[in-house]
Amino acid sequence: MTSRAEILSKIKRNQSEPTPLPAKLSTMYPPADLLAQFSTVLKGIGGAVVEIKDSLEIVNYLKEHYGDGQRIISTLPDLAVISEQGWQQQHPHSFEDVDLAVITAHFGVAENSALWITESQMQQRAVPFICQQLAVVLQKQDLLATMHDAYERIGNSDYGFGAFIAGPSKTADIEQSLVLGAHGPKGMTVFIMG
Amino acid sequence: MTVGLFIPCYIDQFYPNAAIATLNLLSKLGITVKYPVNQTCCGQPMANSGFEHLTKGCNELFVDNFAEFDYIVSPSGSCVLHIKDHLHSEGHEGKAKSIRKKIYELTEFLTDIVKVEKLEARFPHKVGVHQSCHGQRGLMMSQMTELVAPFYSKPLQLLNMVQDLELINLNRPDECCGFGGTFCVAEEAVSAKMGKDRVADHLNNGAEYITAADMSCLMHMEGILRRQESGVKVIHIAEILNSEG
Amino acid sequence: MKDHAQLSDTFNADEARVNWHDETLWFVRAKRDKAAHGLPEWELLRSTASQIKDNVLSNLHDYLIEFESNAQKNGIEVHWAADAKAHNAIVAGILKAEGIDQIVKSKSMLTEECHLNEHLQHSGIEVIDTDLGERIVQLAKEPPSHIVLPCIHKKKEEIGELFHEHLGTPEGMADPVFLTAAAREHLREKFITRKAAITGVNFAVAETGEFVVCTNEGNADMGAHLADVHIACMGIEKLVPLREHLSVFLRLLARSATGQPITTYSSHFKKPRPGQKMHIVLVDNGRSTQLGREDFRNSLKCIRCGACMNTCPVYRRSGGHSYHTAIAGPIGSILAPNLDMKEYADLPFASTLCGSCTNVCPVKINIHEQLYKWRQVIVKEGYADTKKAIAMKAMEFTLSKPALYRTAGKTGRWVLKYIPFAVNNKMNLWYNQREMPLSPKQSFGEWYKENVKND
Repeated sequence: MTSRAEILSKIKRNQSEPTPLPAKLSTMYPPADLLAQFSTVLKGIGGAVVEIKDSLEIVNYLKEHYGDGQRIISTLPDLAVISEQGWQQQHPHSFEDVDLAVITAHFGVAENSALWITESQMQQRAVPFICQQLAVVLQKQDLLATMHDAYERIGNSDYGFGAFIAGPSKTADIEQSLVLGAHGPKGMTVFIMG
Repeated sequence: MTVGLFIPCYIDQFYPNAAIATLNLLSKLGITVKYPVNQTCCGQPMANSGFEHLTKGCNELFVDNFAEFDYIVSPSGSCVLHIKDHLHSEGHEGKAKSIRKKIYELTEFLTDIVKVEKLEARFPHKVGVHQSCHGQRGLMMSQMTELVAPFYSKPLQLLNMVQDLELINLNRPDECCGFGGTFCVAEEAVSAKMGKDRVADHLNNGAEYITAADMSCLMHMEGILRRQESGVKVIHIAEILNSEG
Repeated sequence: MKDHAQLSDTFNADEARVNWHDETLWFVRAKRDKAAHGLPEWELLRSTASQIKDNVLSNLHDYLIEFESNAQKNGIEVHWAADAKAHNAIVAGILKAEGIDQIVKSKSMLTEECHLNEHLQHSGIEVIDTDLGERIVQLAKEPPSHIVLPCIHKKKEEIGELFHEHLGTPEGMADPVFLTAAAREHLREKFITRKAAITGVNFAVAETGEFVVCTNEGNADMGAHLADVHIACMGIEKLVPLREHLSVFLRLLARSATGQPITTYSSHFKKPRPGQKMHIVLVDNGRSTQLGREDFRNSLKCIRCGACMNTCPVYRRSGGHSYHTAIAGPIGSILAPNLDMKEYADLPFASTLCGSCTNVCPVKINIHEQLYKWRQVIVKEGYADTKKAIAMKAMEFTLSKPALYRTAGKTGRWVLKYIPFAVNNKMNLWYNQREMPLSPKQSFGEWYKENVKND
């Protein structure tokens, strides 16, 4: 008998009578102001929220906060004037020196300020993790209340890889002192458009 | 109604005043209380040590002594919980089942069955209330801080009827004292440390007395208080509720 | 081998350190409380999660087959390991076949359980643990003491010393920000150069064949997305039936573990990166046995949040290493005896049965009730301490005979009163840090006989 067969037959012998699944949960207490909750939570975990009307405002913001010699890549063609484009076919390791990556998210979740970003928006999976700073552009109307709404929105969509990303990378492993920028980005800015 | 008084073995031997207070308190409220003289122990120390199979003798004795009463009341949350969860009888399972339904810890008996609204009691001291674990999380005598649920407390409900009593707040309202039955000697280092920390919480918040519905917790904390030569005393809740100031 | 009581005794020698350890973990419990109380629907989430997991365990056979099929369709290679040895051999085999002898690994308690690092090291494969806490204990040559906070038992000065020795940071430097930055640099080089990454699995979805890895640091992603080979190691009980169920578990997990609404990264791996090889190893290692134990099967609902450890007054004052097993604390004490009843016979007794663990558990495992039940099993199987067994028989004898009980009680009180030194000495463990109770003039029984007219 193979391991697989052995394991499966033992499980079949030992598992209990089937019990039913519970009723599906949905959001019970949505916040009055999704943007306010999203912003408060994100700021609390070291992220920044910038409300903008159009891509030009993002360009100006980036010009102000990022200098020459810093490598900025983006998946947004509107930001071509200030960021590298067409880098998608490069080897994942080549993004090691990226100072800032600017990408989009499908939606954000107010209860935990997480953004749902899939591979198609990352282009290369390593990008949102390997950059020193991450910026994400989110449409205001794409703010949802809780994770129940989030998975409702995701539905049965297909992706090779997707991640909920909530704020910059962090650790509290040294005596519970919170430090931002463990292995992933040290900072995260969310541009909320609309 | 007839009430059989169930007195835990260690209260019987070392803290008779808690039992006397319980008897007097129930009698004052007009309840007919009888103490079956041949009772010994509920069997919990053996059961919690993994020797549940040795409690048959205690179980039969318990059923013999208590089956006849309308209610069985005890000034001990942990003993009552043990009986509720584990009392079985080889020959008289029906009686055992009935006992499991009609056994109450003292404070829950007073709030839920007797529905006491007023007490002629006075205890003009600062009192810290220790929430004994089995009473709280087992018998649901008061709400535990782990759950997201409305607060309530049967012991507090009764203590609030006592004149001039000042309740102190604790930093950790429902952390275990560390007695744990044979744990108190089997894991002496951790047990004593837990007890010391509980005592310190009460002392830091100004308690003159520490009370609880379980004498075992109090016995353990008293051991530590007396070793520290502290002036703070322990007192079973029955004695406070029965006090005349 | 020392047992929990002996190891805890050693741990308690340094009272100041115990206070520090206890307060640090209580603070994490407090953060959990704040997060939980922020959701009025918290208890509903717990019941829902519990029911989902009960359903998974009762249909585990079919869900595993469904998961395997969907994962394979996604291009993931699925392996089955009956035990730790098989798991280790599979992982080593994959690496050897790819000609890889240096890897990075993110947090996986399963790989701890299987002692994977040791096995790989013996096979000539270097393993770098990339979770900061795990890297620290790796450098210290210790196992993690907590499943979520691996080096919670270490002070920053000790970590500074380790980094000075292994990473070349300045002597005496103990600032967490500085040390974390040094670790970032040190590990970044490993991420870039290692060709294989091992991760754990927090949840695997039967419906879609994807799996989710949750981290705050991003180290699982840094490893996986830069490597040519990604191996995910998973206990068979980590399944959830539907993708939508992730909403329930992701709302509960981080709040229960550390009081955060969600970990920074909840990464859903569905297909290998183009050009990458992705493997998943499904591990039994005693789980199918536990599944057959009616009283203990629902310990397999565990989502490894660590809340039970943070709330346990015994764990906080004895430390994870006192449990001498990969997964410590309350949940460890009901999982370990299934693996080796003799080795872990002491663990179910390392508890006062206070019940706090059961009530913080996000999937409502009745931990304290299982601790009680394991005690009965362990004694029945013959692993009880002989001295204890004798004392219990003596107790049973005395307590089932009313007259003997009364005599014994009276004798005890007399001894305590008139020859206290017979009791108040080093042989009496109670007396070590506590006074004995005072001896009253009469027992209640004696008082009652004298004062109350019996009808």
